[in-house]
Order: sequence, then C-alpha cells, then structure tokens
Amino acid sequence: MDISFALTGKGYVIVAADTTAARSIVKMKVDEDKIKVLSPHLLMAFSGEPGDTVQFAEYIERNIRLYQIRNTYALRPPSAASWIRRALADSLRSRRPYSVNLLVGGYDTSTHTPHLYWVDYLGTMSEVPFAAHGYGAYFALSLLDRYHDPEASLEDGLATLRRCLDEVAKRLVVTPEKYKVKVVDKDGVREVEI
Amino acid sequence: MEAISHAGIVIGVLSKDGVVLAAEKKVTGKLLDMSGATGGSYGGSGEKIFLLNSNVISGVAGITADANSLVNYARQAAQRHLFSYNEDIPVELLAQRLCDLKQGYTQYGGLRPFGVSLLYAGYDPHYQFQLYHSDPSGNYSGWKATCIGANNGTATSLLKQDYKEDISVEDAIELVLKVMSKTMDSTTLGSEKLEFATLTLDASKQPKAKIYNPAEIDALLQKHGLGKKEEGDAAAPAPGDLTL
Repeated sequence: MDISFALTGKGYVIVAADTTAARSIVKMKVDEDKIKVLSPHLLMAFSGEPGDTVQFAEYIERNIRLYQIRNTYALRPPSAASWIRRALADSLRSRRPYSVNLLVGGYDTSTHTPHLYWVDYLGTMSEVPFAAHGYGAYFALSLLDRYHDPEASLEDGLATLRRCLDEVAKRLVVTPEKYKVKVVDKDGVREVEI
Repeated sequence: MEAISHAGIVIGVLSKDGVVLAAEKKVTGKLLDMSGATGGSYGGSGEKIFLLNSNVISGVAGITADANSLVNYARQAAQRHLFSYNEDIPVELLAQRLCDLKQGYTQYGGLRPFGVSLLYAGYDPHYQFQLYHSDPSGNYSGWKATCIGANNGTATSLLKQDYKEDISVEDAIELVLKVMSKTMDSTTLGSEKLEFATLTLDASKQPKAKIYNPAEIDALLQKHGLGKKEEGDAAAPAPGDLTL
C-alpha cells in the first residue's frame, strides 16, 4: 500500500512518500520515514515488502557511505543509481530476492543537473522526469503528464505534487493521511512541509 | 628505481583544455625488426604510451614487462568500475587502484616490487583534466607538468621555466616537444624515437584520447620545426624522375 512520488524541476528533485506502516488491515505507525538520505545530494524512496525495504535501504545507505569514505568523492547520482540497480538485479537472481521498489533522486554537483531514476524489484531502471510507485501511480502519472514542467520553480513543483496527493486523497479507497516530502538541490537535502 | 632512471623519458603537461603526454623510445638497434609493431593503433603504440580506459592514457618508464602487467591490471580495474557504476573510472581512483597493488609488493616478502613509474593523463567530471604520477613504492601525486625517466632533472627545470598557468593544449604540445628535443640524446626528433598522445574533449564534451601514429608524429614535428629537414626534400621525387 506504500505510495511514493518524485518529480524533477529546475535544479531540484522532489521525493514524497506516505508515512504509514501497515500490517494486514491494521495501521501500526503513521510517522514512518520511507525516504533515505544516501549522501548530501542523494535521496531514495523505498517501498515494497515490509522488512525487505528497510534491510535493503540500510544496506544501500551504508555501502554508499563506505564508498564516500574510501574514495575522495561521493558517487554521482547516475553511478549510484546504476550500482543500486545492480544490487537489486543480483538479489533477484539469489535464493531469496528483495522485493523493493525505489525512486532515486539526486543532484549532480559536477554537472549541476538533477537526476531521477525509477527502479523496480526486477532491476528495471529508467531515468525519468517524474515517477511514482504503488497505487498512487494509477492516479498521479496522468496528472504529471499534464502538469509536469522540467523548468518549473520549486513552488510550482510542490504545487504539482500537491495536485497528485489531492487526487489520491479524493479517489483512492484507502488513502494515507500523511506524506513526508524531501527536496534535493544544489544546497543538499532538506525536508519540506506540504 | 634504477631501471626507471635509465628508461626513456616520459613528459606530461596539464592544460585547462587537455593533457599532453610524450615519451622517448630507446632504439635498441638498427637490426631490430619493428615492422610488426602495431604503431599508433587504438590501444597505443605498444611501447611507452597506452590507453587505459576511454578517459585515461598513461606513459610508463621502467621494466617493460612489469609495465605491461600493470597496464593490463589497470584496464581490468577500469572495466570493473564501468560494470559496477556505469561510468568511466575517475582518474584518481584508477591511480589509487594501481598504487594499492604496487604498495602490496613493497610489504610482503618473497616478491620484488614493480619496477615501473607511470604518468596518468585523464579526464573525469569531478576534477576535469588531471595528471598523476606514481612510483614503484605506491606513492602517487597530482601534477601540472612532470616527467619520469632518464634526464628528468633537466626536463623538470625546463618545465618549471616555461610552464604557465592557464596554458592552452596547443601551447602544451609545443612545450612538451621543445622540452623533449632538448633532453633527448639525439639531435633530431623523429617518429622512430618519439611517442606522443593527447587527451582532449570532443564536440559532445566526452573525453577523446588520441595516440599519434608515426606519420602523425612526423607531421607534428615538421609543423613545429623540429623534424628532419633534408629527408623530406630527398624523399620527394624530382619532376625529371617520372617514368611511364
């Protein structure tokens, strides 16, 4: 039931994910953070099988951190996303694969461009201007098709995200009550209220 | 270290829009058959300058057999990085990989270290154009202009004298050829004694390594007035020589 969205704009990526942790029909928690900050300019929203998600996200988080400590500079978003995809693809071919879907958003400080990658548990990866996972995708992608602007300011980008969240609230049978929204741009990562 | 100080000199100069490498080939003798050498091919001319990855070229000085082994290792390390991260390996990382290997041989007993110094000329988006030097002990350092091999003291002082900040790649080529002509034993430069390579950016801002083939080296030397003068005239057939 996890829902996550992400969209790029002029020099930024917005990543949003709902904050509910549920088991069967019961809500267990309503303040779960499903967006990991992998490096000063890299975000990853994760969803899927509970347990797998956190395990895999922490594995990625620590390995990205290890790369940063070992080498003089952090991985750039395209390389980080490629490595994460490889980890999922290798996992898929193991005895017990992770079933985790990801949205990887980052700001490349050497070329000054935002990057967003849609990754699923099969190891599919594609660089996209906007993306969604979960039931929210059914409602939001058409809206994003219509309203997304790669040159939009942060305010306009957040307004577009707002449209998606409102549509989900209006149409989906079980709607999450809260979302966590994080933005990454040239100044790094920060959380915004929506 | 001894082998390196007798090896043919390798000079590298960094500029804002490219890196230049030149190397002196020690001619073993007139009877050595070089016709089979893959002069100036994609992977390098096979003796002193090699393409390690699409964004890095290197010049080597020291024991050739050791150098070949290191070049092979470097190419594999670069491809491994490409496989894992889908990007060209950053230049410093490649230098580090090789230095980790070299350092290992100074520490464990039973084996001798690699008798090779390398210059790495490369490009990556983190620090743009870069020039590194590594020695057999596994130390590495970044340079604006440096050289390894015989007479490196003379060449270094010449580089110190004539290197300018914000030098262009064209000026860097000229500087390298000038220093090369002054430090090499022979009076005239020619493709049989010189290897030459540049790394620049192409129209789509991707790194482009160019390892010159013998004909291109001779043409370059002629352009800078350092090539053999009389040979060009002698080779051209006189009009009277034409026969049907």
